[in-house]
Amino acid sequence: MDIEKLRFGTELIKRGFAKMQKGGVIMDVTNSQQAEVAEQAGAVAVMALHRVPADIRAEGGVARMADPRKIEEIMDAVTIPVMAKCRIGHILEARALEALGVDMVDESEVLTPADVFFHIDKREFVVPFVCGARSLGEAVRRIWEGAAMIRTKGEAGTGNVVEAVRHMRLMNYAIERVKEMDEGEISQLAQKYAMPYRRLADAIKDEGIKIDDDDPIFGKYSLEEIVKGLTEVLKEVKDMGRLPVVNFAAGGIATPADAAFMMMLGSDGVFVGSGIFKSSNPPEYARAIVEAVENWEKADVVAEVSKGLGEAMKGQEIDKLEEKLQTRGL
Amino acid sequence: MRVAVIAVQGAVSEHVEAVERAMERMGVDGRAIATLKPEEVRESDAIILPGGESTTIGKLIWKNGIAEEIIRAANDGRPVMGTCAGCILMAKHGDEQIERTGTRLLGLMNIWVKRNAFGRQRESFQTMLKIKHIGDFEGVFIRAPAILKAGEEVEVLSTLEEYIVGAKQNNMLALAFHPELTGDTRIHEYFIRMAL
Repeated sequence: MDIEKLRFGTELIKRGFAKMQKGGVIMDVTNSQQAEVAEQAGAVAVMALHRVPADIRAEGGVARMADPRKIEEIMDAVTIPVMAKCRIGHILEARALEALGVDMVDESEVLTPADVFFHIDKREFVVPFVCGARSLGEAVRRIWEGAAMIRTKGEAGTGNVVEAVRHMRLMNYAIERVKEMDEGEISQLAQKYAMPYRRLADAIKDEGIKIDDDDPIFGKYSLEEIVKGLTEVLKEVKDMGRLPVVNFAAGGIATPADAAFMMMLGSDGVFVGSGIFKSSNPPEYARAIVEAVENWEKADVVAEVSKGLGEAMKGQEIDKLEEKLQTRGL
Repeated sequence: MRVAVIAVQGAVSEHVEAVERAMERMGVDGRAIATLKPEEVRESDAIILPGGESTTIGKLIWKNGIAEEIIRAANDGRPVMGTCAGCILMAKHGDEQIERTGTRLLGLMNIWVKRNAFGRQRESFQTMLKIKHIGDFEGVFIRAPAILKAGEEVEVLSTLEEYIVGAKQNNMLALAFHPELTGDTRIHEYFIRMAL
């Protein structure tokens, strides 16, 4: 094929991939058998993991990218897209996943963060990224960095939907306000949203080293360029009345009704982490959640698919958690 | 005129918007609806089966009576267009991946399709195509299928190297790429003219 005429990894190709996932369910799997169960149930993609978030939470320690052999086994087992997680800011884990050929990288707070200052500059990659967000500010920063898809952080591994609902409501309400903003207000908000990028430069300043306004503070970007970029994203949000990329729900979705509820709140689709393979009947749970997402507007279908599913995963109250994963990565 | 976009999953809203923009440009009085209701498909003048995951869409259209309505429409001579995953489902003949996943095709067009023909997402690309009846058109290929072979009754609209990426059989269109992602409505306009 005449490779010169083909353009790979453009923003259109990356955002387009995420659009093909809309209205679907992406399921966490830890081996090829689970991946096949997910594909058979109608998942639009799988997330290849070493352990599901509930186990990561229970076992503690540093959570890293999954074993590439495991990811490859899953890629060989199914025909649907395979995603995998890298640690926040861990450019080399992301490069390794890209080299493996995974279809999307999740720069995820479920793993232990590798960089306290920055997320990955995702524009530098051919592989598209999905990133978690708790608020419009986090979402706008990740989109400016090149994320092709956003998902709520929720609180992974808890089987408790309350945080995903919180994050979706926060984003929706903020978007409603942005729609009413004039240019000055948007520019002010972009300046506020740019603050987290200053943390490294500010730490150096505390040591007495001078930083000029046009010095780069994140990769090659100066504060002024970052504010300009965030302003552009916010303008898109204002014009479209939504995020300019696909926005999924994730983090605590355990039942068909949870999944349908997140769709009702405006999610473009749903990630289910521990909810399927920590339930008593994973194939049935997987199928039921897929049908609930397709038919979220029909309460009778949601009721029907929820009948006799057996035990959902055992959930956890957010107040009783030792650590909230959602606070990782601003 | 009413165009039904089958709303199981995937690039549904993009097709709805592309149809509405195309109608506006053409001055055609009509609208597009995203639907999962067999009766709405039955009462539509043209049908679009969008891109997404063919394994997922293929399962759900056979569950709720949508598949039967698409077949009925095609047999009645109403225009039906499938893009990407939709292109796969339009076909009579699938490859090994399609068989292995037990994906049931609609079997409307005499074409042989290969799923993920160009590879995974990192091999996804955009490039300028030459399309019969349309002209130069930006082709967006995302984990795209390709048509390996087409029966005599099928008109080849576009090729990329050894693959067929656009085909027409009477009132039916199969495209391996995503015209709904480009903002260029000429293919949707062509499709709407087929329904006039």
